[in-house]
Amino acid sequence: MSQALVGTRRFFTRAEVSPDGRTMTAKGGRAGDAFYRDRWSHDKVVRSTHGVNCTGSCSWKVYVKDGIITWESQQTDYPTTGPDRPEYEPRGCPRGAAFSWYTYSPTRIRYPYVRGVLLEMYREAKGRLGDPVLAWADIVGDPARAARYKASRGKGGLVRASWDEAAEIVAAANVHTIKKWGPDRIAGFSPIPAMSMVSHASGARFTSLIGGSMLSFYDWYADLPVASPQIWGDQTDVPESGDWWDAGYLVMWGSNVPVTRTPDAHWMAEARYRGQKVVVVAPDYADNVKFADEWLPAAPGTDGALAMAMGHVVLKEFFVDRQVDHFEDYTRRFTDLPFLVCLEEYSDATTEGGTPAYRPGKFLTAEDLDGDAATAENAAFKTVLVDSRTGELVVPNGTLGDRFGDEGVGKWNLDLGEVLPALSLLDSATETASVDLPRFDLPRGASEVVRRGVPVRRVNGHLVTTVFDVLLAQYGVGREGVPGAWPSGYDDPDGLYTPAWQEPITGVPAAAVARIAREFAQNAADTSGRSMIIVGAGTNHWFHSDETYRCMLLLTTITGCQGRNGGGWAHYVGQEKARPITGWAQMAFGLDWVRPPRQMIQTAYWYLHTDQFHYDHYSADSLAGATGTGLFAGMSTHDQLALSARLGWMPSYPTFDRNPLDLADQAEASGQAVGDFVVDQLRTGQLNFACEDPDAPQNWPRVLMMWRANLFGSSAKGNEYFLKHLLGTDSSVSAVPDDDDLPKGKLDLLCTLDFRMTSSTMFSDVVLPAATWYEKHDINTTDMHPFIHSFNPAISPPWQTRTDWDIFKTIAEVFAPLGAKHLGVRKDLVAVPLLHDTADAMATPHGRVRDWAKGECEPVPGVTMPKLVVVERDYGAVFDQMGALGPLMEKLGTAQKGVAYDVKREVDYLLHKNGPVRGGVADGRPSLKDARHVAETIMALSGTTNGHLATQGFKTLEKRTGQLMHDLAAEHEGKQITFADTQAAPVPVITSPEWSGSESGGRRYSPFTINVERLKPWHTLTGRQHFYLDHDWMQELGEGLPVYKPPLDMTQIFGEAEIGAQNELGVSVRYLTPHNKWSIHSEYQDNLFMLSLSRGGQAIWISERDAAKVGIRDNDWVEAVNRNGVVNARAIVSHRMPEGTVYMHHAQDRLIDVPLTEKTGRRGGIHNSLTRILMKPSHLIGGYGQLAFAFNYLGPTGNQRDEVTMIRRRSQEVQY
Amino acid sequence: MRVMAQMAMVMNLDKCIGCHTCSVTCKQAWTNRSGTEYVWFNNVETRPGLGYPRTYEDQEEWKGGWVRTPRGRLKLRAGGRFTKLATIFSNPKLPSIEDYYEPWTYDYETLLNAPAQEHFPVARPISLISGKPMNVTWSANWDDNLGGSRENAQRDVMLRGITDKVKLEFEQTFMFYLPRICEHCLNPSCAASCPSGAIYKRSEDGIVLVDQDKCRGWRMCVSGCPYKKVYFNHKTGKAEKCTFCYPRIEVGIPTVCSETCVGRLRYIGLVLYDADKVLEAASVEDDHDLYEAQRSVFLDPSDPQVQHEAQQAGIPADWIKAAQRSPVYALINRYQVALPLHPEYRTMPMVWYIPPLSPVVDVVKDTGHDAEDRDNLFAAIDTLRIPVEYLANLFTAGDPAPVDAVLKKLAAMRSYMRDINLGRDPDDSIPHAVGMDGETMYDMFRLLALAKYDERY
Repeated sequence: MSQALVGTRRFFTRAEVSPDGRTMTAKGGRAGDAFYRDRWSHDKVVRSTHGVNCTGSCSWKVYVKDGIITWESQQTDYPTTGPDRPEYEPRGCPRGAAFSWYTYSPTRIRYPYVRGVLLEMYREAKGRLGDPVLAWADIVGDPARAARYKASRGKGGLVRASWDEAAEIVAAANVHTIKKWGPDRIAGFSPIPAMSMVSHASGARFTSLIGGSMLSFYDWYADLPVASPQIWGDQTDVPESGDWWDAGYLVMWGSNVPVTRTPDAHWMAEARYRGQKVVVVAPDYADNVKFADEWLPAAPGTDGALAMAMGHVVLKEFFVDRQVDHFEDYTRRFTDLPFLVCLEEYSDATTEGGTPAYRPGKFLTAEDLDGDAATAENAAFKTVLVDSRTGELVVPNGTLGDRFGDEGVGKWNLDLGEVLPALSLLDSATETASVDLPRFDLPRGASEVVRRGVPVRRVNGHLVTTVFDVLLAQYGVGREGVPGAWPSGYDDPDGLYTPAWQEPITGVPAAAVARIAREFAQNAADTSGRSMIIVGAGTNHWFHSDETYRCMLLLTTITGCQGRNGGGWAHYVGQEKARPITGWAQMAFGLDWVRPPRQMIQTAYWYLHTDQFHYDHYSADSLAGATGTGLFAGMSTHDQLALSARLGWMPSYPTFDRNPLDLADQAEASGQAVGDFVVDQLRTGQLNFACEDPDAPQNWPRVLMMWRANLFGSSAKGNEYFLKHLLGTDSSVSAVPDDDDLPKGKLDLLCTLDFRMTSSTMFSDVVLPAATWYEKHDINTTDMHPFIHSFNPAISPPWQTRTDWDIFKTIAEVFAPLGAKHLGVRKDLVAVPLLHDTADAMATPHGRVRDWAKGECEPVPGVTMPKLVVVERDYGAVFDQMGALGPLMEKLGTAQKGVAYDVKREVDYLLHKNGPVRGGVADGRPSLKDARHVAETIMALSGTTNGHLATQGFKTLEKRTGQLMHDLAAEHEGKQITFADTQAAPVPVITSPEWSGSESGGRRYSPFTINVERLKPWHTLTGRQHFYLDHDWMQELGEGLPVYKPPLDMTQIFGEAEIGAQNELGVSVRYLTPHNKWSIHSEYQDNLFMLSLSRGGQAIWISERDAAKVGIRDNDWVEAVNRNGVVNARAIVSHRMPEGTVYMHHAQDRLIDVPLTEKTGRRGGIHNSLTRILMKPSHLIGGYGQLAFAFNYLGPTGNQRDEVTMIRRRSQEVQY
Repeated sequence: MRVMAQMAMVMNLDKCIGCHTCSVTCKQAWTNRSGTEYVWFNNVETRPGLGYPRTYEDQEEWKGGWVRTPRGRLKLRAGGRFTKLATIFSNPKLPSIEDYYEPWTYDYETLLNAPAQEHFPVARPISLISGKPMNVTWSANWDDNLGGSRENAQRDVMLRGITDKVKLEFEQTFMFYLPRICEHCLNPSCAASCPSGAIYKRSEDGIVLVDQDKCRGWRMCVSGCPYKKVYFNHKTGKAEKCTFCYPRIEVGIPTVCSETCVGRLRYIGLVLYDADKVLEAASVEDDHDLYEAQRSVFLDPSDPQVQHEAQQAGIPADWIKAAQRSPVYALINRYQVALPLHPEYRTMPMVWYIPPLSPVVDVVKDTGHDAEDRDNLFAAIDTLRIPVEYLANLFTAGDPAPVDAVLKKLAAMRSYMRDINLGRDPDDSIPHAVGMDGETMYDMFRLLALAKYDERY
């Protein structure tokens, strides 16, 4: 019948039916297609990108139709990588592809908003007093009114205000704070300049010009791998993703590349086809395990144990059992392995033979030698090695001692001449000695001593050995002729750091560890260093991640992989590369008008100002190793922080318990030199460091300006402590502080700029509507690729939104007249820490800590305490200064990483390119009025975008190193990248001394290739890559060498339930917050497309085994509780999760489908509601070699991985 | 011989990172409008998993595609036109909105507009169907990365019959991603199911489209498509589906999903086929023969006779050239590493897949295999985390032999290239072991690994 029906069809249609009756062919009839043609049509395509903290730096096409942004897709016009490699197109990810949704979404902030209760108070006070500043002072000076608006933070009630009124409130709060408390009570927070340099510079420039403190971010995010400055004297320098292609062996270790480096992941997938072997270390079956030849599911936080065991294998098989030319040659020239270390007696204990117990002590330096060497310039910073050909002691070129003095000119290089450094003293030693080494792998974090032998020599009364010899002792690799108890083999479970030892810790089979270690090193031997380890948040966000990283980086360094294309470390979490960094820094910190700026370590800032230090119930010496000498006895972390501040190691703002403007006036009035005045005041106790008493009202932070950031919905570790003590609103902290009477609501003004609602805008007093990334001009770079490209407006900022640059200009415009009236021109006393890449790095010979407050030395500004610099601030001129390039450019030039630049030529170029400003204090200066002017200025002032400066910088460096370098940039000497260039297509950057790798000739970027190929020293004590750190504190912590330190024991420290324990709150699990597949931090997690592709709200991943224990099923509402806070979320139950660990992916803000919790009856928290700040003392060290402060370079990390929580199934009837 | 041209696609699943960029760019370009909120012309599934809509591959349930009658003829599984006509007003085999997912939004505006109140404001999910608050219990990609694996992955239709080989336990975990668009079949059962004749296959490039004027919204195409890639727009009352981005393809731009694929795993190309052989190939008796039968329909564009016949059929010269440099033809027929998705549906799908290699060697058992070591090369395939049987259920109607052959070629390529990468002499015994020569293997490497823009499309 049906056949018949079809058969008849041919008679009713004009179409031609095939003989078999199966097909019909019709002509025409395509009018219906027009629908999709219309849909596809558009008026223009605009290049832009996403200023989001992801390091993707993807160039996008934004489609516009009828003046409306319709959608976006990726640009594919990246310059080629060459004929025999994959290309960078089409960079992007689903998050970026969903961005245009925000433009017209109901979460878009269209107008300025102020909290209603505050606005009413302000209008009333201003009406009464007639002056904005007096009005603000009136409100915040009244405890009752102040508490009232602070307590209403986050609880709705935002009302629209005009731009004039909103900007006036912000300006008034700033002026009042400067006047009453001091400019260093103002903070600005905006992270990751590389993602939109002009936008970052907007508020940073304003904040810096008025004397506020810009808060660091890289360390705060715990993305800063402190091991990097410790080993290399470098913040982070990593290969572009195109260099993965060059690797012969790739380990992804705690870095889930497909999720966190989505646009780059193809390089990994494609390199496998070239025969690259891929190994993944991850506790769960992560997205990247799909690509792995082998998966090592190491238990969370135990990566250091795995790496130590791999190091054991590599040292034994490739250094002791046999030698590999490449490894030998590389480690002699480019590492501290051959340098001599003195053994020191550290306790009254003796060995069985009756000799004293030694521990590895300080590096032997030229100071310890005879004759001229000892009296030469900076002798205490010249380390010493043995020439294996002669057996003589040698002070080689290239140590810190050669870096700054006159005698070092032309000598700061790694050229060893005829010298062949001896890695070990075994061949030439006259005797051996025992050294004590601390171990930390025992239950409850107890540290015990391991005693092992090393070959030694005597030098002027010092018993010395090499770093290499100590390293073998540390790793438990025995040699014939060296005494001590050594592991019997890889299968010796009691042999410390063997593969068998790590198996019960990590869960990874010993044989697999040995095999992977062997393959990794063999590949490096076969390829002269093309073995690579990609590391990331999974290994870096731990309290002891610096040690974990040092264990892992030993593997890439002893195998000669650093400074090699296709080899070495590739650290991908929060790392960024604002390639034109020197130009950006001038703009962002107003260095063209006033120097130095205030730059603060954010972790310490919040540790103090959110009162989290009051909830620490452990003392600092609990972290010490068994070879410690009691250095930390009786100290808390807070005490260590205060010591770090007063010794000038780390910055500390607010600095003193007095307004620095008043302090400058008083110093002047005293007739004394500023330093003398301050020292006197400190000695007599009339003046104190603010960080010593952060709860005193004069020491509170008063104003926080935030843009391009979401502190309260994302990065605020200890989120609930922030709500309680900083903001003074509702919180869910249940931990008990050591003081009942802590302040609540320290902050007077929280002002946030954003284009969408977040926790931060929700808690803000003033919310300013920002333009999106498709509505402004800006520039963007990353370290994942070598190009600079632009943001461009597809549409003008809609409604009352403005670009970040224009918003801060608006604020400055209102601020300036108020500043002129209430402040005028003032002197400001800025305390500056001892800085990296300056001679300050020689402030602490041998890393011996002396505290002037205890009378151990004299307080000398710039040596044993911060430098004290008086600057002048013209508060009435801030608007003019914002909008023009200041005169310090020609007068002082610029500097970056120890290289100074003359930029007179560039200033002249900019005067013509941007045009001059007319009138005001900046009359005749190059304009910065438009964002494009700022972009041009950034690019003109950096060697990466201006070939003249690159060659100039290399020539400057040539003088110090005596090595040829400027040829690296010669091919681009005449090239000046302009904004128009970046609009046309992504533009490759120029090799510059601002970075350590070379891109010359279109080469893929790999860090340290300049160091290795041009013999340029690393910025460290020895000038080499450091395995050994001899600072007093490192020794006290037992961290002179790489060592395994397990996750913090939260049961012991804070009394949390043991992992696996069950009670009425559910089951206790490790609580990790890895990066989210459906968002970039909190960005996009509210985006409807991302929510539709995932679970639609906050979720916690849990293993089937844990879920079964407490009756949790997939998509059940669960409640996670610990002392820090409460989270309510949906459960995702999966067998890909390991037992004992849950994941709440990073930055799930509290705005989307979060119910009231059962525990508190209040709104559930964010991922960071269960975490808190825990500061590690080793991150506070400064003033010594590579352990010296630079902004975002070194500082305490806001690590959050060591946390645990209880989790249970809650009532499924939720309330909102 | 009746030569016709077809735009076809190959996706290399071995490179898919499951990022869903393709889904989002496609949705933004085509279906972010009312009536199609739940529609994803392009979606990506985690496998094992239930897919979108849930269990769409269960043709016992959904009755999509064709079946071969004992007499060797093809008929729609859901019944012929008579059945269709009889059930036209109550189509019984339609996935419900729950099988896709109930689309939702949030009352985002409350975040800004909330009056002063006791609690921090929050945006709650609101159904885009009913406009009422709802609990989110399923989404377009609910079981992403094995989420809710006991309820979801466990019930994957493709696991039937091989549960003895697949254990969903932590130590044995495996997964991969399957991006899907309309297959633009040579033998489309959606078109055959349409009572209105609204679905047509373009004669010049084979793209299958729904005529938006002619469609009467019977939804028989939704049932008839075994891939469930025709969707019903509940606002316009018409069927809609992936258009292979014809407004872009016609002017020489790749589809949105392809050009935006950051895994760089999609290839688009023209293939020439013999239209006279389609029915025969779709009707072979043994399901296991369908893969080879489908391959045999494609014509070799370098064959002078094929070129002549193509010209006779009115195919322009530049199209014939395009067919010659087609990466799709190369991957399907020259290198034979791409396989069709569910050939057993007998629709002759035109989006093919390179199966994922993922040679994870099981660390728990510590077998010691190294995929690059030529001695262990093929042993490693046998220890794949992704069972070959599972892939065979997807791509070869359950026949493991072709899947095994593809995986061995990919593994051999890695081994062969490693020698070149490390500067050693290449070992031609490696390509020979998988029926290739060194040059062909090198060419395949370049197409799969370098995959330059103008070679992908």
